[in-house]
Amino acid sequence: MDLLDDLEARSVAILREAYFRVAPLCMLWSMGKDSTALLWLARKAFLGTVPFPVVLLDTDMELPEVYHFRDELATAWQLNLHNEPCPPESTIDPTLPPATRAAARKTAGLRALIAREGYRGILVGIRRDEQSTRAKERVFSPRMPDGSWDVKHQPAELWDVYHTDVADGHHLRIHPLLDWTEIDIWKYTERERIPIVPLYLARDGRRYRSLGEKNITVPIQSQASSIAEIIAELETTRAPERAGRLMDHETEDAFERLRTGGYM
Amino acid sequence: MNAQLRLVVVGHVDHGKSTVIGRLLHDTGNLPDGKLEELQNACRRRGVPFEWSFVLDALQSERDQAVTIDTTRIWMRTPGRDIVLIDAPGHKEFLRNMVTGASDADAALLVVDAHDGVSEQTRRHALLLELLGLERVVVAVNKMDRVGYSAARFSEIRAELGALLERIGIVPAGFVPTAAREGANVAHAAADTMPWYDGETLLGALSALPPSARRDGGALRIAVQGVIRRDLERVIVGRIESGTLAVGRPVAISPSRHTARVAAIVSWPARQRVEAHAGESVALTLDAPLFVDRGDVLSDAARPPALSDTFRARLLWLGARPLRAGDAYRMRFGTRTAQVEVARVDRVFDIETLHSEAGDGVRSSDVAEIVLASPELLPLDRAVEHPGLGRFILLDGLDIVAGGTVLEVLPARAHVSRDLVPVAHTVDGEARARRNGHRGAVLWFTGLPASGKSTIAMAVERRLFERGFATYVLDGDNVRAGLCRDLGFSAADRRENIRRVGEVAALFADAGTIVLAAFISPYRADRAEARRAAGSAFHEVFVKADAALCERRDPKGHYKKARAGELPDFTGVTGEYEEPVDPELVLDSGALSPEEAVEAVLAYVDARAIAFARSGVS
Repeated sequence: MDLLDDLEARSVAILREAYFRVAPLCMLWSMGKDSTALLWLARKAFLGTVPFPVVLLDTDMELPEVYHFRDELATAWQLNLHNEPCPPESTIDPTLPPATRAAARKTAGLRALIAREGYRGILVGIRRDEQSTRAKERVFSPRMPDGSWDVKHQPAELWDVYHTDVADGHHLRIHPLLDWTEIDIWKYTERERIPIVPLYLARDGRRYRSLGEKNITVPIQSQASSIAEIIAELETTRAPERAGRLMDHETEDAFERLRTGGYM
Repeated sequence: MNAQLRLVVVGHVDHGKSTVIGRLLHDTGNLPDGKLEELQNACRRRGVPFEWSFVLDALQSERDQAVTIDTTRIWMRTPGRDIVLIDAPGHKEFLRNMVTGASDADAALLVVDAHDGVSEQTRRHALLLELLGLERVVVAVNKMDRVGYSAARFSEIRAELGALLERIGIVPAGFVPTAAREGANVAHAAADTMPWYDGETLLGALSALPPSARRDGGALRIAVQGVIRRDLERVIVGRIESGTLAVGRPVAISPSRHTARVAAIVSWPARQRVEAHAGESVALTLDAPLFVDRGDVLSDAARPPALSDTFRARLLWLGARPLRAGDAYRMRFGTRTAQVEVARVDRVFDIETLHSEAGDGVRSSDVAEIVLASPELLPLDRAVEHPGLGRFILLDGLDIVAGGTVLEVLPARAHVSRDLVPVAHTVDGEARARRNGHRGAVLWFTGLPASGKSTIAMAVERRLFERGFATYVLDGDNVRAGLCRDLGFSAADRRENIRRVGEVAALFADAGTIVLAAFISPYRADRAEARRAAGSAFHEVFVKADAALCERRDPKGHYKKARAGELPDFTGVTGEYEEPVDPELVLDSGALSPEEAVEAVLAYVDARAIAFARSGVS
């Protein structure tokens, strides 16, 4: 059993715990490499089908290639896809810096979704190595009724004996990919031949390393035009993964504010 | 790909854990571009000297107060191996976060301040490493610059801490003198300041730690996560904690102790497999139609887990209120949840000496040895043999209040005398139960009209009767004709109806009979009343069924009448049904066939030691 086998087995076990312990349950899918790998893992966990709704928090700001990828995969994998429109930026906390404020539309969309559908569990494909507040996450992470994350009072989480009960009105963010790194995801995507949005591959010397909405994400300089080349690039790079995500860098506390407010 | 090591960094607050990590990352070229400048800016904004700990202490409150609050992790590549560094807070107040980080590690780095020496959290963390099952430990004697790089001081701490660790059963893989702030002996040898030290650097010592052993050896254990229906098959899913799963080999299900052979290992995308190994998440089918449910343990048929209701455990208490004998909690272990009660507190560890001493109250952050008892027989493994199944958490309401390990499985207690309400009869409950071969009990089937309550109850009665059990079904038909013929269907009358049935059922149970009561009993309060009447002999069985399905079935035509307005307050149409909050058993008629539902009830009767004399474990 190599590292990828071990990561896969852990994630599958977490997905099954979520499914058997937490209802109603849904998964967020941004069509990025991580949440697409998570979808693949869900198909492995449940023998070919994804037994819960798959939700896109839609800001209408994804790149056209991303929407195209969504439609193709939703059909091919027979997903129960739900497109949740996010409220406009004018309704978002005006004290947030601009890109952070744009990103917070997803928080608001998620809050509305949970209020309407009564979800108790939201599967999210974040990883600890992406960002330092995500590094502090629990696998089963309780959220307050307004979606906020009480980061200073997280409950203990011991071994893989997960605590999956929450009070009425609260919900759990469930994070099956916390232990994966960016390079692990790419190696797994290559090994399992999981489809990806072509924007990850370099065209005219540029590619998206982290794929966000078009108004708040920029591509990086790169010649990597295959997954093997992406892996080779990552083996040597010292640039952080989310360098192209504008909202991470506006102020020191911007991302923490976003996440404690309920962002993924 | 080189083997990955998950390393937790522990130790007393302010002994330099975060600095050691920051330095390790920096000196091995593992900090991303721009990170150093970002940290320098963050420090400057706060008007403090440069702090390596800001690499990990990412939260605003952590930076503002210069303290690690929650565990975090960061990835590091070295020529020898990839290391996942898990930072753990050293403040006693954040102990829950420390154990959260440490419980996920393969090995530990214990950091101790050369000047301040072994301190309270040094000892507590060492004790917790043992509890969490971490045997591979490297010690960094840090801040050597504060003691003038003294070889004598290093030897002194090595001797003191070495003896302490030995007492709790940890043999450290090495002691390294470091001055992390300046990088001495972290990734590079400090020949200039500590020429007397000729051992490994910290990085060298960590790289030399052996990788985790796979648990392929040993008996097979799978904690069943659940059952997935696929076409006509029922596929069991779970992760192999230890041993090897092989097609054709006999396996046992615990606690029912039924056996079958593995028919197939199922995977998607489809792949022919005859064996699967420890660590894998698998799906499998059996060659016999056994009832298997979440919480069961699948094992080699010849080497199943022990079945008992009593065990000795070591635990870390995190609850705000002290733990005492007699307290009741919910326990989660493997994939099972059980009620447990603290039978007694044996010993509490003194954090000064790491000796355990007799004690009764266990306070927050204490490590103690206690005996836990459950009303049901549980599949139990000692943590040293099967860590994946011998570890548990305790829940008080919604709060996690303890983490612990099973040290020893004790013989099952006699259930009978303490579970029946004491009555001044000359023939007591125990005598009746001994003669009957089972305890009296009330199995209270609740659910929507036409959900299948009576059908299941009748079939269960037939099966129990065939085993020689004293049984009786109470349902609307036989109580409405006599006992309750004065009652109608108003809300008050329905409540009175259920109250009477509850009392009668309790008397039957006291007389030694297994009563199968099948009533819609839509209100929680009424069912709680019935539970009070029968005490611990009461078992709520929720027959869960989709309302639309029940209405389609409608064998008595009641739904049709209710829709036509002929039956006012008909549950499921014009009357409300309050689902049980925490029933002892749920029969999901969407997932189970009627036969499977019956098997589930029978398995429950066996597991709960209602059938104590015949389950072979009394």
